[in-house]
Amino acid sequence: MSFIKDADRPAVKERLRDMRSDVTLSYFTQDVECDFCRETRELLEELSSIEEKIRIEVYDFKTDQEQVRSYRIDKIPATVVSNGGASGIRFYGIPAGYEFSSLLDAILMVSRNESGLSDETRKALQDIKVPVHLQVFTTPT
Amino acid sequence: MENSLITADAVEISEFPHLAQKYSVRGVPKTVINEEYVIEGSGPESMLLSTILEAVEKTGSG
Repeated sequence: MSFIKDADRPAVKERLRDMRSDVTLSYFTQDVECDFCRETRELLEELSSIEEKIRIEVYDFKTDQEQVRSYRIDKIPATVVSNGGASGIRFYGIPAGYEFSSLLDAILMVSRNESGLSDETRKALQDIKVPVHLQVFTTPT
Repeated sequence: MENSLITADAVEISEFPHLAQKYSVRGVPKTVINEEYVIEGSGPESMLLSTILEAVEKTGSG
């Protein structure tokens, strides 16, 4: 079963048309895949097959400790959106339903290095000197 | 993206029900900043920024 219907693939490609740099989706799973881990991997692979600028890296939550520490992953399935530098954007759980749209937005933002925030907000965020952790709780529907 | 000290997670609650319980998530979206500051629903950018700055002030002042 594919997550992205054949009929929807052109729309996804079009949505990602304004990508600039390549984007890496670092995906964390484990040997015995967790609930929705396999589905998440398949979804990301389908996305990568639609847009060549999207690369997938798969890491094992148990054994790839260096990457787990580096991205500070504490649960799976986890997907980190980056383009070389750390973007700080992570999706925990399968990014399907409404979250698929959020994932496409995140890919575009990272690829274009444009957060879409106002200059005032960006300046205020850049001045922050302590760690900030935002958790946005969502559902796929 | 604007500051490497800032991390933003989207957490799908049906896969992590223990977190929904821990943070008393009854509706989505719900945003929790530094474990303590909460925004229920989606709000304007200015509200998100002011809540982040509140959390930063608290963290910065220990």
